[in-house]
Amino acid sequence: MAAHGTFDREKLVEHFEFSAKAKKTIFTIAGIGLIFALIGIILLATDSGHDEHANLIESGNTLASISEEGTSGIEAGGHGDEHHAEYHWTQRLKANFWVNSIFFLGIAVIGVFFVAIQYVATAGWSAGIKRVPEAFGWAVPVFAGFLGFTFIWGNHELFHWTHDYLYVENTPGYDAIIAGKAPYLNLPFFSGRMIVFLAVWTLFFYLIRKNSLAEDKATSFDEVYKKYRNMVKLSAGFLVFFAVSSSMAAWDWVLSIDTHWFSTMFGWYVFASWWVSGLAAITLAIILIKEAGYLKFINENHLHDMGKYVFAFSIFWTYIWFSQFLLIYYANIPEETIYFIERLGTHYAPAVFVILILNFAFPFLFLMTRESKRKHITLKIAAIAVLIGHYIDFWLMITPGTLKEHGSFGFLEAGLPFVFVGIFAYIVCYNLAKNKDSLVAKNHPLLEEAYNHHI
Amino acid sequence: MQIVSQVREPLITGKRTLHDITDDISSRVEEKPSKAWILAFLLSLALLGAGGVFLGDMLWNGIGRWGLNRTVQWAWDITNFVWWVGIGHAGTLISAVLLLFRQKWRTAINRAAEAMTIFAVICAAVWPVIHMGRPWLVYWPLPLPNTFGSLWVNFNSPLLWDVFAISTYFSVSLVFWYIGLIPDFATIRDRAVGKWGRLIYGALSFGWIGGARSWVHYESVALILAGLSTPLVLSVHTIVSFDFATSVIPGWHTTIFPPYFVAGAIFSGFAMVLTLMLITRKVYRLQHYITLEHIELMNIIIIVTGSIVGIAYITEFFMAWYSGVEYEQFAFVNRMTGDYWWAYWAMMTCNVISPQLFWIKKIRTSLVATFVLSIIVNIGMWFERFVIIVTSLHHDYLPSSWAYFTPTWWDIMCYVFTFGLFFTLFFLFAKFFPVINMAEVKTAWKNSNQDVYKHNKTIEDPNNVI
Repeated sequence: MAAHGTFDREKLVEHFEFSAKAKKTIFTIAGIGLIFALIGIILLATDSGHDEHANLIESGNTLASISEEGTSGIEAGGHGDEHHAEYHWTQRLKANFWVNSIFFLGIAVIGVFFVAIQYVATAGWSAGIKRVPEAFGWAVPVFAGFLGFTFIWGNHELFHWTHDYLYVENTPGYDAIIAGKAPYLNLPFFSGRMIVFLAVWTLFFYLIRKNSLAEDKATSFDEVYKKYRNMVKLSAGFLVFFAVSSSMAAWDWVLSIDTHWFSTMFGWYVFASWWVSGLAAITLAIILIKEAGYLKFINENHLHDMGKYVFAFSIFWTYIWFSQFLLIYYANIPEETIYFIERLGTHYAPAVFVILILNFAFPFLFLMTRESKRKHITLKIAAIAVLIGHYIDFWLMITPGTLKEHGSFGFLEAGLPFVFVGIFAYIVCYNLAKNKDSLVAKNHPLLEEAYNHHI
Repeated sequence: MQIVSQVREPLITGKRTLHDITDDISSRVEEKPSKAWILAFLLSLALLGAGGVFLGDMLWNGIGRWGLNRTVQWAWDITNFVWWVGIGHAGTLISAVLLLFRQKWRTAINRAAEAMTIFAVICAAVWPVIHMGRPWLVYWPLPLPNTFGSLWVNFNSPLLWDVFAISTYFSVSLVFWYIGLIPDFATIRDRAVGKWGRLIYGALSFGWIGGARSWVHYESVALILAGLSTPLVLSVHTIVSFDFATSVIPGWHTTIFPPYFVAGAIFSGFAMVLTLMLITRKVYRLQHYITLEHIELMNIIIIVTGSIVGIAYITEFFMAWYSGVEYEQFAFVNRMTGDYWWAYWAMMTCNVISPQLFWIKKIRTSLVATFVLSIIVNIGMWFERFVIIVTSLHHDYLPSSWAYFTPTWWDIMCYVFTFGLFFTLFFLFAKFFPVINMAEVKTAWKNSNQDVYKHNKTIEDPNNVI
């Protein structure tokens, strides 16, 4: 209900406490995830995954023949499979770490991105909830650490271009196309970019968060306004940096896995996937925090707007997906179609339809009505579906290029993301509770608009 | 009462009352045409006539009058088409997308922007029609049963998708625009003193009486149309981009085209809205409704879309190198340094570099600078299409057929014809229709910040830099 009447900023102050119940829930989720992941690892290590081999070998052959055709068709590069090291089950573990690190890092940084957009656009409705996405930023350095660790641990298995033999001319392993990319795809430059992106994202989060808390302590309107303007400027700076770095990060961390392949849309595709996942995560977090008894003045009107965002950007993601697919399908150039053949002509094909259903058909139909965007239960269902859909989306971007015929969706893939969900939720709750900072940005100059928001 | 934060700038200044709003806008329709208007209108008619002579000659003698050659088979015609369609994106973006985003400032500019959209789409539609060479066969792209044998339109062709996308977009935009006009027509009808005014505006207003129920319907229809036209805003230029991107021509075939064309379209559309609104604001003294805040916000949209376009240029260039495909690499190096280097650098300067000046607050709140930059952006967006189309074609796969395109007078004058058409329609609109949506502007008038509004007090930015 829109609370009319007198508006008292001080009364809106809430202090989040990381309750034992919340901790228990988080540990249960992470624990079940961990058990699943461990079962997956044990199954892989003891090699019992070969039960499905009849199926896999067949599609494995398709993948191998495709990649040979693909390469020999372009250049006389002709690097065969002879240089590929024997497949070891830890490769699958590394690929999974990579998928999860990128997916959850994306959600974390989208929290900061969301806050920045609100400030730059002078959005009033979201002033009451902004501390929630803001707290997502605490997870940026943590998942950045995971990403860096996984890269150090598994760069050879994840990125074909890290192999030195590709660059030695007049040897059978030489690959002219990959050698042509060496000025961009080389370890020092690649790691340098990674460090810069992660460090600057963290830095912007730190500055935005610091300024946001300083606003709470301001005593006069002039002081508040100054902080507010600082936020707008910091946000604009972050948006500019993120606009460039998110695309480049997508080229580096995901696109370069399929080293020969290229698509100009790819940076925006990854962004679209991150953005809608982030929106779903923010919606879910707001509802869960509200159900724990906080954010009292946040009502169905605010949630309605979050629901609209998830609805609209699910369509946007599909638009980007479809545009990229259609143009490649229509032009039918072998260098480009290989990417979709590897996904649609192999055992990965069902996943393509799963993501289209979970990320488009389901939210599109389910969130169509007004009421479904205003009720906790429907929003929770939609947000969870979208999050699962986009997790599979990232899995489908990364796995075929790294694991080829060995990739599949098993216990490990089902369990590991829940471990990450647990870590993410713990970081967010811990930091919201820390220092007794208010859960509501009480001095936000647009807070009264949010308080009276009614649609 | 609407609660409006004190950090928001007022949307209506100058202590205008509700009656003043009606007066300020309706009077322009009611008074006799000014000398300046008559002069401007005659000038547009002259452009239309002069261009029309060349257009007629071209249609009589065939499109060989244009400078096209066997290598560059598409040049100014399709460039102008894409340019006009792009401009026709701002109106519906403002009225639909900004409505969904609850941007109240849109109420002062949506009417004129939508009118501009409709006229720009008409100008765009001229090109495919005359490009057929036999415009009397204009119905051929429609999937109609026919008596010519088993002829059927090619559903696989993006050019056909264009026919559907643009006609849908045009129809929905027209309905949207007209529905918004109805309450204002009724206001003018009620104020009319002459018989003709009462009769014409009476017919145009469809018997609107302004009852509470009518307003409820009005608002629901606006929301439904906004929901319908938001995907249309994206789809039209997406499909225009498919005209190029589905091909296998280096420089055309690239997956980023759909969203990048949409961003470019919004960019050029807003630039054209600014060009027109700054003149209208001055001539009709609308500075209380189209305030510096409105202009600043539009300029911010120009920075955002201009930067998106800039990132897309750089992405294309990078990917051409990264792909390792020699043809792609050549196409992009040729753009930068080949025969048409001047067009490429005109595009880069006008579209990517100059809008960045709007980061400086003084520039984005300056009327003169905004006006100049809005024209520069439109020049840049014309060059963007020219660069994509002509430089990708003139050096094709077969070096023996490489050619250079030079426009003839017919190319130039047919373009002038569409300008004549555009401005003739726009001046007629500006004289006979209310240029601002009075009814919707009034909704932004009453709110918790009334004191601020009444005193026209704007907030000083303590760190008045960006």
